[in-house]
Amino acid sequence: MDFKKIIEKLPYSKPFLFVDDLSKIDRNGVNGSFCFSEDLEFYQGHFKELPVTPGVILTECCAQIGLVCLGIILLSEQKDTNFDNIAVAFSSSEMEFYLPVYPGETVFVSSEKLYFRFNKLKCKVKMYNASKELVCKGELAGMIKNSPNGR
Amino acid sequence: MKEENYYQQLKGIVQPYLPEDVSVDDISPDSHFINELNINSANLVDIVLDVEDTFEITLENDDMDQMQTVNDAMVIINKKRSSK
Repeated sequence: MDFKKIIEKLPYSKPFLFVDDLSKIDRNGVNGSFCFSEDLEFYQGHFKELPVTPGVILTECCAQIGLVCLGIILLSEQKDTNFDNIAVAFSSSEMEFYLPVYPGETVFVSSEKLYFRFNKLKCKVKMYNASKELVCKGELAGMIKNSPNGR
Repeated sequence: MKEENYYQQLKGIVQPYLPEDVSVDDISPDSHFINELNINSANLVDIVLDVEDTFEITLENDDMDQMQTVNDAMVIINKKRSSK
């Protein structure tokens, strides 16, 4: 499956799609990027006078690239996969944050699969900025499956 | 004797995944992991992975589907252990 197709299969859209591009993807990991454009709405309130990307959004970006994009590839290897009915649920996150991400910055996420068993995917994720400095890292897990009724 | 031992080991595996409002004393052989012990599906996978490590067995998707209650887990553990 090519990168563009994977992004099309993601169950997100603006303003909550945090994947622009994928640069590497195989069954053990994925690399992707996202540019936080200055007009994203949350910058108006986080913080009042100092727009900084919220940690939860950085975590979400890591999860969409690291868990969901990788999960789609792993699901595609199973038979009878119908990508119109992908159900995802975020189940755990343990993140540490090192540097702020300001409006207009592009971040690069790399994710490494720890395991994918019984529809649970757990990954080690790292996010870097354009200067190749570590922004945040951690471990994320979620459930991803084909669901006939979308639940 | 062996079975009682397995049961205690299984309780020990389940305990860290119980939500705060469920105590280890609430676990009985008939307890349904998701409906009664309030364990979510992601943590149920963790329990299965810990069961695999502790009992040195491998569970398949069918086993996972059948593992609804503590007793179901005991049946699977005993079956897999005895066929080792």
